[in-house]
Amino acid sequence: MKDNSSQASNPLTRLWRNQESRGVIIQIITITLLFAIIALIGRNVVINLAALDKEFSFTFLTWPAAYDIGFSPFLEYTSQSTHLKAAAVGLLNTLLVAITGCIFASILGFTLGILRLSKNWLVNRIAYTFVEFMRNVPVLIHILAIYSLIITLMPPVKKALDLGGGQFFISNRGFYMPSPVFEPGAWMVGVAMIVAILSVFLFRRWAKKVQDNTGKIYPVFWISIGIIFGLTGIVFIAAGMPLSWDVPALKGFNFKGGMAIKPEFLALWLALSYYTACFIAEIVRAGILAVSHGQTEASKALGLRNNRVLQLVVIPQALRIIIPPLSSQYLNLTKNSSLAIAIGYMDITATLGGISLMQTGKEMETMILVMGVYLLISLCISGYMNWFNRRIKLTER
Amino acid sequence: MDAPRDGACWAFIRGSFELFVYGWYPEPERWRVNLSFLLLVIAIFGVLKDNLPGKKYWLWFAVFFPFIAAWLLVGGFGLVPVGTQKIGGILLTIIVGVTGITFSLPLGILLALGRRSHLPVLRAVCVVFIEFIRGVPLITLLFVASTMLTYFLPPGSSFDLLMRVLIMVTIFAAAYIAEVVRGGLQGLSSGQYEAADALGLTYWKAHRLIILPQALKISIPGIVNTFIGLYKDSVLVLIIGMMDILGLGRARLNDPLWLGLAPELYLFIALFFFLCCFSMARYSLGLEKKLRTGHKQ
Amino acid sequence: MANEISDTPSAEATSVDSSDLIISIKEMHKWFDDFHVLKDINLDVRRGERIVICGPSGSGKSTLIRCINRLEQHQKGTIIVDGTELTQDLKNIEIIRSEVGMVFQQFNLFPHLTVLENVALAPIWVRKMPRAEAEENAMKYLERVKIPEQASKYPGQLSGGQQQRVAIARSLCMSPRIMLFDEPTSALDPEMIKEVLDVMIELAESGMTMLVVTHEMGFATAVAHRVIFMDGGEIIEENTPQEFFTNPEHDRTKLFLSQILHH
Repeated sequence: MKDNSSQASNPLTRLWRNQESRGVIIQIITITLLFAIIALIGRNVVINLAALDKEFSFTFLTWPAAYDIGFSPFLEYTSQSTHLKAAAVGLLNTLLVAITGCIFASILGFTLGILRLSKNWLVNRIAYTFVEFMRNVPVLIHILAIYSLIITLMPPVKKALDLGGGQFFISNRGFYMPSPVFEPGAWMVGVAMIVAILSVFLFRRWAKKVQDNTGKIYPVFWISIGIIFGLTGIVFIAAGMPLSWDVPALKGFNFKGGMAIKPEFLALWLALSYYTACFIAEIVRAGILAVSHGQTEASKALGLRNNRVLQLVVIPQALRIIIPPLSSQYLNLTKNSSLAIAIGYMDITATLGGISLMQTGKEMETMILVMGVYLLISLCISGYMNWFNRRIKLTER
Repeated sequence: MDAPRDGACWAFIRGSFELFVYGWYPEPERWRVNLSFLLLVIAIFGVLKDNLPGKKYWLWFAVFFPFIAAWLLVGGFGLVPVGTQKIGGILLTIIVGVTGITFSLPLGILLALGRRSHLPVLRAVCVVFIEFIRGVPLITLLFVASTMLTYFLPPGSSFDLLMRVLIMVTIFAAAYIAEVVRGGLQGLSSGQYEAADALGLTYWKAHRLIILPQALKISIPGIVNTFIGLYKDSVLVLIIGMMDILGLGRARLNDPLWLGLAPELYLFIALFFFLCCFSMARYSLGLEKKLRTGHKQ
Repeated sequence: MANEISDTPSAEATSVDSSDLIISIKEMHKWFDDFHVLKDINLDVRRGERIVICGPSGSGKSTLIRCINRLEQHQKGTIIVDGTELTQDLKNIEIIRSEVGMVFQQFNLFPHLTVLENVALAPIWVRKMPRAEAEENAMKYLERVKIPEQASKYPGQLSGGQQQRVAIARSLCMSPRIMLFDEPTSALDPEMIKEVLDVMIELAESGMTMLVVTHEMGFATAVAHRVIFMDGGEIIEENTPQEFFTNPEHDRTKLFLSQILHH
């Protein structure tokens, strides 16, 4: 037998040459380095904090915040409230702009995406120019520009622009609109609406069963709409229209009544929405284009009508392609909402990571909390989207 | 400067042009900035132009360019030192963008390889790192750089804010690049790995000669998109008080003389970014088309 | 096809001299998680011997030859290739891989390199040969597989048969002592199968040790010293091609042969 040229004399060399032990060695080195770095940082932090006479603790959250937050639609907040409460207000504001932003961005994005596919040259070009210009400019510039447009170009409160019938106003202090006031009996309308929605669900299941058994196809969509609006409308009239509107009106130096949307929120929401919508538009366009032409031809050859081709063949396939990048756009919008700090919209970064940080000097604690919150939101969105994606994949089979 | 409010006042932009480009970089030393811009153009040309004779040397030049530019801009070793706080405007924007782009690519590739490693510890470290960075907004990382990072350093030591920001931006971009490159690696058939193994190539040789050239080629459009994102994100430095083109412009707006000129200012800055980013996007689109036709060069 | 070959292999494999063994597999087992892919494999291959392995899909025949150059790792038993045992030792694996050539079903050429670069790559980076010498050598092998004129093209520009011949040249360029073929003609259009088989027959005539997973029974009859039939991860039967095809012993072999000969 030929000389086995493989035996190394040095035991260390032999360890390094062994597939398994080499893996173990590399991992041990990784862990050692990692812990060394963590230990070094930990040591530095302890020494540095001691030198500044600071301590690492989260008790500052119970101290009074001593600053005002101009926009707190969900929680009662005063400057005597704690830092924890300020953080909660900030978190809710982040979630508010993120959720409403994602909704508006989706609507606008799908619309733009479909316009980009239009065969009308002019429509197509306009959508293309809009999308390309908007998405190649930093979102921070959009936010600042929209904000400055609102506060410099909009008239002061006294000369607020009437956008329709004395009901909607816009000024450099915000957008005003009527808020609904529910009168006694309004609960009946609410109940009627819930009943209508439930019966639509039942009707859909029934219609599907009928189709499976007999082949008869009902116009499910239109009947559903009819049930929801019809039933709710009848009850609304029968209950004596128990709803009125509180219309904003100029009294003294500001508007009284109605709902006011602050310019900070408006600017952030608008800019984030249309910026993200431009990316969504491209995703939607690519998703629809990716469903091969052969699929459409095959379904037409089977005799399906155009709307059925879309409903049964194109959209289910396009959605599978669209959803993963769409979810990362939702994540981006949420993370970009942290730019609120540039125009003074009080989100979690501006409250906890901004003013609370400055006032308490707790740089590490506040930043850890802020980053933790964003990580949690990111994990939730991607977890939900993964679940949704799996569901779509399953129903496709 | 009597700017009539009706009608856009572009004199405003013209009057501040030098400030917008150089920041407060001392006037007699500005040739160094100009030379750096020129070298940057040469480096980009060398990287992008196909079939260039001596392509290898052009690429090496591009690799060394950031260090040459750093020496030119900061000074020392025979040049008058210039403090980094004097750097601002477009110069700062480009420094942040170019540094992030050059250093995030190798770091991102290493992270991607680590994430695909069969060693569980190495993989876990890379996954946690990548997902953490991608899960938080850049602005919080910049806050960490500006407020918290000093606690991590040995007592008494401090280093330049610009340097700290550049490190954070690089790490941030690297996490995104890592995911793009991972996508490219997954796009390769396992046959490529097997053929390389069967020929007796080691892990690093197989990756250098066979795997990465192909994976990176597939990933180029994604990488360019990440770079565009990074370049746009560079304006965020204004939030921690650094004066890039946007920061300078906004500071100018507080000057009573320039009051009410915000629309012109934002349009000008938006156009600047649009030109840079749109041309990068077109380039990436062209490459994508070329790639789709396959390897039939 | 058998009659075209001058030296019809001699059937007698008697009195195997142990120094003549180039591959020796003993009591080898392999699992993919819970799935027992290879069960108690014993196989000795002499220098210069040519073996054809056949069997239904999923029978473990590809896995077996992939174990020989450690693309797959076995869990039990020993594999000794050219005097070197396959263990966790990475250096040994490198040595064996550089001495064992492999041709894949899907060719697996490197699409970003030209044909010449594909062939010269391993000699330059594994054998550390000077580039000029490696390329000259590569041209020699491209001539041997009869496509020197395609040297500067990219794999994507070649037909399947041409690609597979380049893949053979790429392996030969490392002057391997053993060549493994994993269904080399299964991904080819019928009209291209012959050009690849011709190259393989020429290689067989030169005395190369070959292990070929294939269903090309003509090739087996023409060049193989032994045919091995595998099913369910086991070696069911091994015999000379003549005996194997005319007089199979095992029922499973008969069934298999009737399926591939009558389709």
